[in-house]
Parts: sequence; C-alpha cells; structure tokens
Amino acid sequence: MSDASAPVAHQHAAPTGLLRKYVFSLDHKMIGKQYYGLALVSVFLGMILSWLMRFHLVWTNAAIPGLRLLSKNGAPGGVMTPEYYLSLLTMHGTLMVFFVLTNAPFAGFGNYFLPIQIGAEDMAFPRFNMMSFWVTFVAFLVLIASFFIPDGPPISGWTAYAPLSAVGKDAGPGLAWGQNLWAISIGLFCVGQLLGSLNFIATTLDLRTKGMTLSRLPISTWAWFITSCIGLLAFAVLLPACVLLILDRVAGTSFFIPAGLVISDHLQPHSGGSPLLWQHLFWFFGHPEVYIAIVPAMGIVSHILMASMRKPLLSVKVVYGSMIAIGFLSYMVWGHHMFLSGMNPFSALVFSFPTLIITIPATIITMIWIGSIYGANLRFHTPALFSLGFVSVFVAGGVSGFFLAQPSLDIYLHGTYFVVGHFHMVMGVAAIFGILAGTYFWFPKMSGRMMNDTLGKIHFWLTFIGVYCIFMPFHFLGFAGNVRRYSTFVDDYLQPLLPLHKFISIAAFLTGAAQLIFLYNLIYSRFKGAPAPENPWEATSLEWSTTSPPPFDNFGGRHVVVKRGPNEYGVDGAHGDFIMQDSPEPEPAAGD
Amino acid sequence: MSSMALQPDRGSQSPAQTSPALSGVWVAVAAITMSFAAFTSSLIIRQASGNDWRHLALPGILYLNTVILLASSLTVETARRKGISSLASMRFWLHLTLTLGAAFLAGQAFAWHRLRTEGLYLATSPNSSFFYVLTVLHALHILGGLCAFIYVIRRTASASLWRVAAIDAAAVYWHFLAGLWVYLLLVLRTRL
Ligand code: HEM
Ligand SMILES: [Cu+2]
Repeated sequence: MSDASAPVAHQHAAPTGLLRKYVFSLDHKMIGKQYYGLALVSVFLGMILSWLMRFHLVWTNAAIPGLRLLSKNGAPGGVMTPEYYLSLLTMHGTLMVFFVLTNAPFAGFGNYFLPIQIGAEDMAFPRFNMMSFWVTFVAFLVLIASFFIPDGPPISGWTAYAPLSAVGKDAGPGLAWGQNLWAISIGLFCVGQLLGSLNFIATTLDLRTKGMTLSRLPISTWAWFITSCIGLLAFAVLLPACVLLILDRVAGTSFFIPAGLVISDHLQPHSGGSPLLWQHLFWFFGHPEVYIAIVPAMGIVSHILMASMRKPLLSVKVVYGSMIAIGFLSYMVWGHHMFLSGMNPFSALVFSFPTLIITIPATIITMIWIGSIYGANLRFHTPALFSLGFVSVFVAGGVSGFFLAQPSLDIYLHGTYFVVGHFHMVMGVAAIFGILAGTYFWFPKMSGRMMNDTLGKIHFWLTFIGVYCIFMPFHFLGFAGNVRRYSTFVDDYLQPLLPLHKFISIAAFLTGAAQLIFLYNLIYSRFKGAPAPENPWEATSLEWSTTSPPPFDNFGGRHVVVKRGPNEYGVDGAHGDFIMQDSPEPEPAAGD
Repeated sequence: MSSMALQPDRGSQSPAQTSPALSGVWVAVAAITMSFAAFTSSLIIRQASGNDWRHLALPGILYLNTVILLASSLTVETARRKGISSLASMRFWLHLTLTLGAAFLAGQAFAWHRLRTEGLYLATSPNSSFFYVLTVLHALHILGGLCAFIYVIRRTASASLWRVAAIDAAAVYWHFLAGLWVYLLLVLRTRL
C-alpha cells in the first residue's frame, strides 16, 4: 500500500531510475505524454485501417499487397471478405473514439496542463494516475490482440449492438474471442477513465494554488473539469454494460439475448433478454462520450483563440455556462441514436426535444467564437489556423445534427452515409483539429523546442481542404440513399455514386499522406527545433510562467500566487498587451 | 513520513480547504452510485422484456449480514470520533470494523453457497443472474473498503496528522456501502 490517497500533491521526489522516469512514472507530465503517444499510435493505426476500407470500397476486387499477412481468413489472396471489412470498421471506430478522441484532448493534454494551469505540483493521486494510464495501455493491447487471433476482430461495430455482439461464434467471424477481447478492452478502458476523471476532479477542487479561484481557472481547465464530470458518470454506465455483455458471452446469462433466437441454424440457448437494453446502456454512455471528445477541444481552441486574437472572448462566462449546460443535457438525448431501434415511437418524440435544446448552448458557443473573431487582429500562426479550422468543421458538421434530430428525417437518413458525414465532421475532424491546435500550441512547452511554422501551415491547408473533400460528399451520398456499413456497392442505384466514392478515397489517401508532414515536424522539432522561450505565444496562464519544459515540480520550488483572471489580453502590461496570471504588476488604470 | 510535514503551509495557501482524499471518495461514491443505477435500470428493463422472471426467495442469512454491516458502520463511526483523542481506541474500533466487514463477506459467501445448493446458478434465471451480479460487485467494493481500513490502521502507526483525512474518507466510503447494500437488498426483495 502506498500514498495513493495522500492529501498533498508534492509527495514523490524527482525519480532517478529510467523505469520510474519514463515508464511507471508518477509525474503527471510524463503520464500526459504517454497518453498522447498512445493516441498518436492509435490514430495512425486507425487511419491505415480507413485507407484499407476506402480502397476496398472503390477497387473491390483488387488485391491489397500484404493484407493477406494480416489475416489469412479475412483476406484470402489479399482481397478482404465483407466480414473482414466489418472487422476493420469496428477496429477503426473503436481506436478512434476511445483511444484517440478520448485519450489525446482529455487525458493527454489534461494530464499535462491541468495541474500546471492551477499552480499545483502534481495530480491529487499520482499513483491512481499512473494506474489509469497503464490500465488504458493494457486495454489497447487487448484490443489490438484481436488482430492476431485466428478469429479476427469483431464485426459488430464500435457500438457492439446486441444480440450480434452477445451470441458468440454462430453469428460470424470475430464474434467468438474477438468480441470477448473487445468487451474486456473497453471494460478496462472504462476503469482507466474513471480513475483519471476522479483525479481531475479532486485535483481541480483541492489543489489550486493561492489566488486561483474557480472563476480564475483558464478556460481549458474548465473544459477538462467539466469533461471529467461527464466522463465519470458516462464510463460508470459503460462499465456495467460491458460486465453484462461479457457475462452473456461467457457465462450463459441472458441479459441482451432474446428467447428463440436462431442464428446459423442454431437455436441460441438464451431466453428473454433485451437487445434494446444494450442500446440504451451504450448510448447513455455514447452520447456523453461525444462531448467527452469535443468539450476539451472546445476549451483548447478557446484558450488558443484568445491568445491569437489578443482579446478575451465576448463572454467567457457564457461559454462556461454553455459547456456546463451541454454536460447536463448530454445525458438526456441518448435516444436520438435509437429512433429506428424499435423503441416506442413516442419516445422518439421525447428524445427529439432535448436534442434540439442541446443545439442551443452549442450554437451559443460557436456564435461567441465567431463574434469574437470578427474584427479581431488575429495572429495567424499554426495553432490559430487549426483553431479557426476547428470552428469551421464544427459548424459544418453540427448543422447536419439538426436534420438528424427530427425522427421523421432520421428514418431516411439513419442508415446512410449522412450520419457518417455528420459525426466525422463534428466529432472526428473537429476533435482532431483541437488536438492538432493544442499540439502546435503546447509543443514548445512540452519539449522546449518550437515546431516549424511553415510546415505547420502547409499541414493545415492540406488537411483543411482534404477533410472537406472527404467528409462533405458523405452528406450527399446519404441523401442519395447510400447505405453505411456495406463493404461494396453493387446495387444498381448506387452505381452513379461510384465516381464520387473514388474521389473521396483519393482525397482520403492524400489527406492521410499529408499527416506525414505533421509526424515529420513533430519528430524533427523534438530534436532539432529552435529552442522555445518561456512564453512564445505571449499567453497568460500559469504554464507560460515556468520554463519550457517545466521542471519536475512544475515551478521549481516557487509557490505561485495568482493575482488575476486568465484572460488579460489587449491590456497595457509591462511586457506587452497582456498580463500573466501570476504577474505582480498592478491592474492598469481603468480607461487605459 | 507524513508528506504534510514537507509543506507546512500548503493548507493555508490553497483556497480550497478540503482534502483530496475526501473529495476523491465523494467522487467515487458518485461514480459507483451511477453504476448501480445502471444495473437497477437494466434489472427493470430486463424484467419487462421476457416472461422468464421468477421471483427468488432470498436466503435468510442476508438479513443477518445486513445487521452486521450496519453495525460495522457504527463501529467505524466510533473509531473516527475516538481517533481525535485516543489513537489506541481508534485502532481497536477499526479492527472491530474490519472483523465485522470480513464476517459480512463470509455471510455473503454462505448465501451464494445456499443458492447453489438449491440449483440456482448465475445463468439459471434472470433473477439469479442479477442476484449474483449485484451481490458479487457489492462484495468487491466491500473488499476494497477492507483494504482501505488495513491501510488506515497501518498509517495510524506512523503519521499522526495524516490519518484524519484518510479515516474520514474510508468512513464515508463504508457508510455508503452500507447504504448501498440496504438499497440492493430492497431491490432484490421487491416483487416489482
Ligand atoms: C448540433 C448538435 C447535434 C445534434 C442535434 C446531433 C444529432 C445527432 C443525431 C440525431 C444522431 C443520430 C443519427 C442516426 O444514427 O440516425 C447523431 C449521430 C451522431 N452524432 Fe450527433 N448531433 C449533434 C452534435 C454532435 C457532436 C457535437 C458530436 C461529437 C462531438 C456528435 C457525434 C455524433 C456521433 C458520433 C454520431 C453517430 C454514432 C454512430 O451511429 O455510430 N454529434 N447526432
Ligand atoms: Cu448523440
């Protein structure tokens, strides 16, 4: 037993051994980087899977060299079977939603910067923090292991709908051990996130330094704090769901499997379960999960926008309030994913209403961004570009949500690429832009070196144009009735759409390739980049008043005392048009 | 050694006066409540979804276990109050709590054994499924609580300043588990 719950932050000395420093580190900064690294590996894996899928969709009969090595049964001769397509789809979604969009903006940046931004020396429970990462890492290994079993990864999608996910091998490839591994992996992932959220909440509540009142928290810290509250309750529901799913699969219970189900000519030995129950539990988690991905990105982007506009957002308080409202409302809308699930049509109406309500705080936040940017004297560095890009794709993807929120429209759109377009834009791409903005912004602090701005801008423009080319056409495909989750498009009515699919695939390859510029920039700058000053962006929050990178205890033994809020831009400070949060200089006289 | 001693001014310096251990426990309580709420909703939906719901006669020992657990809630509270004046008597009451907690677990194990001898296994019926799932998960949390007490007892030997927050946190967790058990018993008993 150890200090897992000791009540102060500064409870472990700087580590000396390599293992303690880089592997089983208790330092929130190292843990943040570990999460980020895991997300980076996952995002490239997930992207390669998407390439394989996009290739197969348009060159259905062409062999992909090397694919045979990945799976003999799944891709005989290098051409994937329809089932293997679904396996790749499942892995793509699971990796991206859990291991990228949750890990990087929340656990990654949050771990690194939340304690620094509140002036603490570490998280409240460093040991829980370390456990949280390593449990997540094991979850990742367990998930990836499903590639290497004969059975292959499961074919039930990232949402693992029952009874398909619950019955086992009769229902198709990957549904024996592959699905077990999936359920175990996600269960472990929940444990990791619960430990992480607990830490974030206790740290924000109890370890703020002197003068750091709640209203002086930087907006990114607010976002991480709100996200940890959402995550705590959401993962606390997904975990029981995974437990019940595993029991149905290995212990013969019937939580999700109805009576009399015959699959592949076998009568399933289960009775009375409810497949809808899985959907309710999953989406009760699933909808808040989309906000777990996006709220940290909103915080990061707002933070960066203020530093590049050199003025506060029109109303930061309203943004906080809207984020909190989103947090609450996100628990009341899960049924909008189930309009066609066979639940009572009246419930569809009931869920449609809060879904439309939740667009209000989201719209308010976007309006505040746009209104603040309007007429601002922007500094167009790479982090600012990605932040503006975020606003753009978030709006472009959010608009389709209004359509989907109407049950009558969703009946047509639900099973189509329209939904795929919606969530890739509003969640996938938007959160990735938030991550990239954060990376370009905070990399100097994390590594002590600047990233190359020119390469960053090239990366931005290629990515920005690329994602619109990929994901906007999805909406049109959806209107044209193009079904989702199909591995090939052979029906007559889909033939005219094939050229568009080809365009999308090529755009996907090129946009993906453009990410190599980012990877190169990241690695090159890590070793050869120009040394970073303490405060390259002339920003105000506490991470910028310590060295780059920060020392082990974050402030080198100095007790920072916070004197003012985080948004002092466009003022008359001693060092320019900003005043740091811990700067001792007096408030400039009113009217200056 | 007490890490508090390394930073004597920490408490007065921070605007927040609560201890992370205590906040952490309340946060954990919120998460666990949410999990069991999810299980309860599942139980209600599952009951309505099939016609295979057969009510289960609960083994009588569960009521004895309930009494034991509630008693342990009292003993830990006594330990917490005694701790302010006398470390020795605090340790005594903590050991008593530990014993009662272990007795509760033994009682639960006996209840599972009884059901098995009646031929009621995890997969026998939805009722038995929920019974085992809820009681086993609750027992795991109890086990976690026992570990926390062992930890607190060991800490009382060295750091005197520190223990107060730790025992407060452990006590909150333990009271919560007692309350949770009464709730689960009612859920499992009720013929919905
Ligand atoms: C403007 C507010 C939004 C509304 C009204 C809205 C509405 C909807 C609706 C009704 C669906 C279900 C469509 C269907 O399956 O037929 C949906 C799907 C989805 N939405 Fe949104 N949404 C909004 C914003 C967001 C945001 C901000 C995110 C993520 C950050 C997001 C992520 C998703 C995802 C991931 C799915 C699909 C999951 C799947 O089926 O695999 N949405 N949205
Ligand atoms: Cu949703």
